[in-house]
Amino acid sequence: MVELGVELAGMHLANPLILASGVVGVSIWTLRRAVKGGAGAVTLKSIGPKPRAGHPNPTVLEWECGVINAVGLSNPGVEAGVKEVEEAVKSINAPVIASFFAEDAEGFGAVAERLALSKPAFLEANLSCPNVMREHGIPFAYEPESAAEAVRAIKRRVGSIPLIVKLSPNTHKLADVAKAVESAGANIINMGNTLGPGMVINLEARKPVLSNKTGGVSGPAIRPIAVRCVWDVYNAVKIPIIGTGGVSCGRDALEMIMAGATCVGIGSALREGGFNIFKKIASEMREWLDANNISSVKELVGVAHG
Amino acid sequence: MGKLKTMEATRVLDVVQENQRMKSIYLDSPISASPGQFVMVWIPGMDEKPFSLSYCDGSKIGITVAAVGPFSKRLHEVKAGEMLWIRGPFGNGFRLEGENIAVIGGGCGVAPLAFLAEELVKNGRKVFFINGAKTKDELLFVERVRKAGVEPIICTDDGSEGRKGFATDTFAELLAREKVDCAYTCGPEIMMKKVVDLCLQNKIGCQASLERFMKCGFGVCGQCAVDGLLVCKDGPVFPISKLSKLKEFGSVRRNACGAEERI
Repeated sequence: MVELGVELAGMHLANPLILASGVVGVSIWTLRRAVKGGAGAVTLKSIGPKPRAGHPNPTVLEWECGVINAVGLSNPGVEAGVKEVEEAVKSINAPVIASFFAEDAEGFGAVAERLALSKPAFLEANLSCPNVMREHGIPFAYEPESAAEAVRAIKRRVGSIPLIVKLSPNTHKLADVAKAVESAGANIINMGNTLGPGMVINLEARKPVLSNKTGGVSGPAIRPIAVRCVWDVYNAVKIPIIGTGGVSCGRDALEMIMAGATCVGIGSALREGGFNIFKKIASEMREWLDANNISSVKELVGVAHG
Repeated sequence: MGKLKTMEATRVLDVVQENQRMKSIYLDSPISASPGQFVMVWIPGMDEKPFSLSYCDGSKIGITVAAVGPFSKRLHEVKAGEMLWIRGPFGNGFRLEGENIAVIGGGCGVAPLAFLAEELVKNGRKVFFINGAKTKDELLFVERVRKAGVEPIICTDDGSEGRKGFATDTFAELLAREKVDCAYTCGPEIMMKKVVDLCLQNKIGCQASLERFMKCGFGVCGQCAVDGLLVCKDGPVFPISKLSKLKEFGSVRRNACGAEERI
């Protein structure tokens, strides 16, 4: 029997497939359904210091080769968020990842401290949302020093829960950012957020379709870029990587792993595959591993670098 | 024609004032959809919202809108010849089930139900149509349902037309005197919850069309979740087997922040 189980910073996952943040993770019920559909771990939608309605619609759209979104970090705020995470941890039979954001480094520390009370398996610092630049400025994950500062602020307050740092493909300083968050104390890197920002214009309206005008691009179109980013981060750091971006089948997931990912984030693929997409990808992975006489997926992490 | 994944500019063919609060907007679109399915309607520079179809014949579609917020008020100003942008249709509509059908609509909820009644009649079903509204000036599609060959049972909360009282009371009386295999309902969630409860008591089928704040329309953002079900993709029409298990049906919805609110 082929083994898909992996260890991520000491935590066992039944398989490497993780529901990415912001995808159906608004309620405990949908997270539970993702686990039933085969997810090895699930991430809640990012929680911030205060309730936020996000951007007006249109916020999420399909285009020919994927999805573009500018939801704008809508969330019920950390007060309600703590309870959601607590309930999720209690009732979900898989590791729960609490994603969060803030406007400044100290804010990251403060939100992390609150969420830690709910004892999620992991905290995930979303340093890379590309859709709130008008309010929050350039994402932390674009610059090594600002990324490291946020990570230090979190680690000063929360030492015990492994910290995932979600980076952005949208920086030419990726390797330096990865090294900086590693030395600041990050335990895992999620590589990464959506690409861009991008824009879709409707000709007849003569206007961008998203109300935010620009949005993060995801889906199959960005996979080669996500794979290259995972490759670069693997070269730069020793900590494990969650490879996220455009994965929708077993071969895609194994490609991420060969580039250096220990786990694989799944997001936009739910639009075609629904909640059972995890089971489908896992069984395709097993088939390939089996056909190639590989007993554990762990053997493939980073092999493309060999 | 199949589904529009992204917005398509669509010309307004006609606007009809249905009652004091509601207008139907007919659009030049060849999409095909079944009653209960919805489209996302975009007004550039303003907003995008879901509307269930009140009409669809393969060459044009209709939505029926009450003027409540800024978006629907703007829709009420739209004139024939102008453009609206749509994507869809999304979700699952009503499925044919049983021979003797009760349709229970309240207020704007009647919008997809007249379209449904026409399909039911075409398919040879016996239809009872309970058409409820707060007051007579807010009754919708009374003539249209009549034209389809069904004499609607009208009820208003204030008794200004038809029976005085709630649609659910009229439905309970109907169940006591007629054989009904399945009820189809759309309207205020409290009303639909009551309809479902009556159907459970009477051990008959039921399908209800739910409404939640929506963003993507295709099952990725999770905003419209009711328990673990996504209204946009698993619904908006749900069968009684699902409805009877939903803890949030009739009690909880999520606002734009994703925070829970009591219904």
